[in-house]
Amino acid sequence: MYRLQLLAARSLIAGALDQFTPLTLTSSLTGVRHKSQGPSVEKYGQMRFSTAEAKVSAGRLDGKMREKSLTMDTLNPQVKAVEYAVRGPIVIKAVEIERCLEEGGTKPFSEVIKANIGDAHAMGQQPITFLRQVVALCTFPELMNSPSFPEDAKWRARRILQGCGGYSLGSYSASQGIEYIRKDIAAFIEQRDGVPSNWENIYLTTGASDGIMTILRLLVSGKDSSRTGVMIPIPQYPLYSAAISEMDAVQVNYYLDEDNCWALDINELYRAYQAAKQHCQPRVICIINPGNPTGQVQSKKCIEEVLHFAYEENLFVMSDEVYQDNVYAPDCQFHSFKKVLYEMGPEYFNSVELASFHSTSKGYTGECGFRGGYMEVINMDPEVKVQLVKLLSVRLCPPLAGQAAMDVIVNPPQPDEPSFKQFHQEKSSVLGALAEKAKLTEQILNAVPGIKCNPVQGAMYAFPRIFIPPKAVEEAKALGMQPDMLYCLRLLEEKGICVVPGSGFGQKDGTYHFRMTILPSTEKLKVLLGKVRDFHISFLKEYSALE
Amino acid sequence: MGQKPITFFRQVLALCSYPDLLEDSKFPEDAKSRARRILQACGGGSLGAYSTSQGIEIIRQDVARYIERRDGGIPCDPDNIYLSIGASDAIVTMLKLLVSGEGMSRTGVMISIPQYPLYSAALAELGAVQISYYLEEDNCWSLDINELRRALQEAKKHCSPRALCIINPGNPTGQVQSRQCIEDVIRFAATENLFLMSDEVYQDNVYADGCKFHSFKKVLFEMGPEYSEKVELASFHSTSKCYMGECGFRGGYMEVVNLDPEVKVQLTKLVSVRLCPPVPGQALLDVVVNPPQPDEPSYDTFIKERTETLATLAEKANMTQEILNQVPGIKCNPVQGAMYSFPRIHLPPKAILEAKVESACTQFNLISVLFMDISKGEKGQSPDMFYCMKLLEETGICLVPGSGFGQRDGTYHFRMTILPSKEKLKIVLAKIKEFHQHFTDQYS
Repeated sequence: MYRLQLLAARSLIAGALDQFTPLTLTSSLTGVRHKSQGPSVEKYGQMRFSTAEAKVSAGRLDGKMREKSLTMDTLNPQVKAVEYAVRGPIVIKAVEIERCLEEGGTKPFSEVIKANIGDAHAMGQQPITFLRQVVALCTFPELMNSPSFPEDAKWRARRILQGCGGYSLGSYSASQGIEYIRKDIAAFIEQRDGVPSNWENIYLTTGASDGIMTILRLLVSGKDSSRTGVMIPIPQYPLYSAAISEMDAVQVNYYLDEDNCWALDINELYRAYQAAKQHCQPRVICIINPGNPTGQVQSKKCIEEVLHFAYEENLFVMSDEVYQDNVYAPDCQFHSFKKVLYEMGPEYFNSVELASFHSTSKGYTGECGFRGGYMEVINMDPEVKVQLVKLLSVRLCPPLAGQAAMDVIVNPPQPDEPSFKQFHQEKSSVLGALAEKAKLTEQILNAVPGIKCNPVQGAMYAFPRIFIPPKAVEEAKALGMQPDMLYCLRLLEEKGICVVPGSGFGQKDGTYHFRMTILPSTEKLKVLLGKVRDFHISFLKEYSALE
Repeated sequence: MGQKPITFFRQVLALCSYPDLLEDSKFPEDAKSRARRILQACGGGSLGAYSTSQGIEIIRQDVARYIERRDGGIPCDPDNIYLSIGASDAIVTMLKLLVSGEGMSRTGVMISIPQYPLYSAALAELGAVQISYYLEEDNCWSLDINELRRALQEAKKHCSPRALCIINPGNPTGQVQSRQCIEDVIRFAATENLFLMSDEVYQDNVYADGCKFHSFKKVLFEMGPEYSEKVELASFHSTSKCYMGECGFRGGYMEVVNLDPEVKVQLTKLVSVRLCPPVPGQALLDVVVNPPQPDEPSYDTFIKERTETLATLAEKANMTQEILNQVPGIKCNPVQGAMYSFPRIHLPPKAILEAKVESACTQFNLISVLFMDISKGEKGQSPDMFYCMKLLEETGICLVPGSGFGQRDGTYHFRMTILPSKEKLKIVLAKIKEFHQHFTDQYS
């Protein structure tokens, strides 16, 4: 009975993409969905095994070949190479299942729990009241006359609007962002680090992703053995690999040490660097701290080693610090790269090129939809800086509402202000809940035989290692997909849990993982973890039993 | 420049941003109902959740309905709508898809000269080949098919032309293309197998009598299935222009028609890496395509504000053209639409010489880097850059030299907006007049 179910499930699973090795597509093998009025299900160019699913592309219905100017043959090959697992095939499948449930279909579960993306509000986290008050005041200044808004919110809104053309959030700002806000960010950084910050080195961005891509864009040049190599951690947040693919740069992997809480090992950096030099020109090293998907919070010593390495090997450092407020482990502390660099003395501080990134999407605010962010860039060549500003100017400016949100984050209510109490309470509540859930997740997962979960020191995810029986590995390979993708698809189909396979982030060969967020409410998280446990145990049983 | 936002839009946005306001009796019901509907479609009922990468589904449905209404009922599939970070984002995304090949097979993209320099910048960044086709200044900046053909034939010798971009109404030129012209372009694209990109962000900014906005989509479908089932078209719109002027919200969308289904999958994948367009901008777009109806409380105020804004722009368009045309040495085509005038300025030979001698590139500053003559890529200052710098230094008026947009060799222009208030605009135009006369005298 179970085997039959499995076979039936295959044809659905066959639609999934082998995540980490991009398939090269040939049009004869690719199933194409007929254009329809209904919701389309995008599959990222995959092998289809079921002939029942073969479709015909719309232009060929009458038998004549309809030439298009934009086809898979003429499409930008860099675009083809891009993969982004966080919103990839597993999520598409999850949405399909949700639709099916909405339309009255039956599944072994009543809802899909989406733990695939770091979207706090979508999972029920509440916005910070003060932040939304300021944004509302900026959006509709008539509210300045309303007694229901506190003075400290109004004061900040007025200030932001004063920095806007025509006193309106609807004006373009300077491409680097509103000057007041850049200054507020600089002040925030100074306060956080005790290190001077020049507001002219601050650039507001459309989420941190935008800033990261912009800097990478500047860095990519050369050909063949002089082509820019970009060092990224494995596992990584797949924006980096996607950007590298899109820009046709060379990805240089350095492996984080799973047995050591995903710490960065300087010897591994050297190894990766030396190996890379043979075929490219490594120019930049990217770090995510606290880490995504791994959640590790790097020690100060480790950060120093990285900076020293960058100094010696002349690498541009990109420090993705969007989770700087998400630190849970009591023995861990966030150290900004900038601060550590400063503490290493002027020889380092005045020379190492460093871009640090922050965002409104994470932390305790979770304002993903506002697309707010900034980067601080130090020691950039002045002529290159001019080019950077020029590049930013083509896209005019980051969204003003996001800039306003960022301003509130760096300029929150102070103890002597009316909104402080509520603000502080809300912030503590959010961070407290996250810390609890981080611990809960680690504990429950570690109690499952065949799952090993490193401590979730920070960020918003757990990235447990899962044991996948050899038979399952074989089956996955036969289906043309990664073993952890098979696992995650089955988990989705049988339990309605959506997580992202580790192959989407990168992992050592022969190891398998998945990334889940710790964002669902505590009750829902317990349900989720219970289901993961049940699923894992039955999965192990099933594939150990198979002859 | 002082234009007021549309009250209703800001009310809905405020309600979405801070839903406590849904209890505030000062907000009208129609604003509240829209806000509730938008929030219901957001993860966790919050503007702070990521949306799907293509944009919130009900908003795409609303956009599709708007397009259907605008185009006389021609069907629009919401799945062909992609919300974007302003129109610029979608334009760059499409161009990104189109660029491939090497050497002779490298993608060529046809763009109008003069053009909005996003296009030339994107093509430069993507390493695509820019194929310039000149608009007819002597014919109100209209598009001449023969010129398209000429440019294409020329280009085929060194690249693989794959796309044709049009801005209608035009930027910087303001011309509103005739229906006949649009048909000609579509026919041309069909014959030459070109992907059409139609930048229609100024579609509500049409001022001249006898001019009317025709969407490329509408004309395409009215030309029958031979064209409507074949020609690949991407049309772009934005919340930044028209009567909304909400540039800072970075709202926009594109509609793709006849996109290869496999390429569409790739497009969806590509936009997923940036997660989603700003949700406030998406919410704003929703209200733009779904404004107050006659039977709703906010209707009167809304219509009044919209009418006033558009009427004022029309007045200013006319005024600008009239005043500039009175200046000897300045000739300004009618500002049929959009938000700019792009007058031709006569520069005395002595001034041209001085400009070339004075090299802006010796002082490596941002302005010279931004405004190097895109049609020439030469060192040294463009004469109209020289003119505009002098204008700025002497009058404090900031305009953009025509060389930043492209123009025929030996001609000079500047682009100014018609956005300052009427009073201020009069002052600006008077100062330009005075400056031009003085400049001409000085360099004669």
